[in-house]
Amino acid sequence: MKQKVYPSLDAAVADVPDGARIMFGGFGGAGFPNNLIQALARKGTKNITAISNNCGTREGELGLMFKNNQVKHVIASFPGPHANHFQDRYAAKEVTLELVPQGILCERMRAAAAGLTGFYTTVGVGTEVAGGKEERVIGGDRCILEMPIHADYAFIKAQKADELGNLTYRLAARNFNPIMAMAAKTTIVEAEEIVPVGSIDPENVITPAIFVHRIVQAKGLRYAG
Amino acid sequence: MPGDASQEKPVAAKPRLTREQIAQRAARELTDGAYVNLGWGIPNLIAEYLPKGITVHFHSENGILGMGPRAKPGQEDFDQVDAMKVPVTLIPGASFFHQADAHLMTRGGHLDVAVLGGFQVSEKGDLANWKIPGAKGSGGIGGAMDIAAGAKTLIVCMEHTTKDGAPKIVKQCTYPLTGLACVDVIVTDLAVIDVKPEGLVLREVAPGWTAEEVQKATGAPLIAKSRVAEITFV
Repeated sequence: MKQKVYPSLDAAVADVPDGARIMFGGFGGAGFPNNLIQALARKGTKNITAISNNCGTREGELGLMFKNNQVKHVIASFPGPHANHFQDRYAAKEVTLELVPQGILCERMRAAAAGLTGFYTTVGVGTEVAGGKEERVIGGDRCILEMPIHADYAFIKAQKADELGNLTYRLAARNFNPIMAMAAKTTIVEAEEIVPVGSIDPENVITPAIFVHRIVQAKGLRYAG
Repeated sequence: MPGDASQEKPVAAKPRLTREQIAQRAARELTDGAYVNLGWGIPNLIAEYLPKGITVHFHSENGILGMGPRAKPGQEDFDQVDAMKVPVTLIPGASFFHQADAHLMTRGGHLDVAVLGGFQVSEKGDLANWKIPGAKGSGGIGGAMDIAAGAKTLIVCMEHTTKDGAPKIVKQCTYPLTGLACVDVIVTDLAVIDVKPEGLVLREVAPGWTAEEVQKATGAPLIAKSRVAEITFV
């Protein structure tokens, strides 16, 4: 069996190069791969394009990436009320931002995962997000063309992984993680618990192992606020 | 409708509904069994004021259907939070799913009602609720555009005017838009208004207010019956 379990967080992110496009799971303080983010901070990868719902909670979550000036571009739906490190870099024009409606962010990643080359939607028609996008009328509705969002890596937080990479998540910590896990070329998972193959009931697998490339055990980290 | 100013209380001094009362009035638009998404701000207060005896299935964009009240102190689970990061409880029959399915529900017309806050609503039902022009920082859209585009019924809860007294219900939005022609009902501290093909129909006014006074505080024409009911509270 191909070995997907990595001995350490640092080993799991050791090859992430400058300029990488990385998806980060998490929403509302739940389901963030905070241990992997810290490992990436230690490695010091620069010029990252970060794809995530928000832009950190003070120094927590993606906040650390902005504090360290490791990110040059963000694709996000809601930077968030405590994303002060991001806002500082944004105001200083050290980072650029593409704001995407949250569900469209999901579907653009899912399009990448599914091998689809784009889709039309009524969401955002007539708003700032429609700027520069092809518009057409389908079934009487104005629609805009949205393109897939691809990534080199996805950083994922799971509750349980088996050694093959089948994943489960806990409660609403699932959020963006299963979508991002499917969309990236290389999916790196920090899991609270790694269990032998066969110990997750196949009916309960949420992310099938085909989407997972690296697994590392780490006790979840959470930031308040 | 200019009246005799000496006999009228100045409009600005008349009591308006509180944020809680706006939520309480909006809660009465919800029906038994409805699947409902509540946005930030006043809409988030609505769950406290559900009419007795009805069950509403609250949806959260991070992948929960069947949210109950906020978790009591000491019983919070921070993996079970609503869209405002607040730990919540679940009602029997609740479920979890990922964010794409959560927005499939908002966009795909599966939610019966969504309630959002608003900065401006136009007479055509356009909504602006995510960015104030000139405000510091990047702004953020979150799920509002998906929700606005897809809910079967979209209710907007907001104050009728800005802090400076400018109307928030306008002929055309000047703030960055969230969605075009998406609002169905507006509940404010002065009125309940239906957005109809013929225009903005004044359904109810705040206690003590007349249709004429509400019109003065509104930046677009209101269609009013000769007698408009007052908002009542039980």
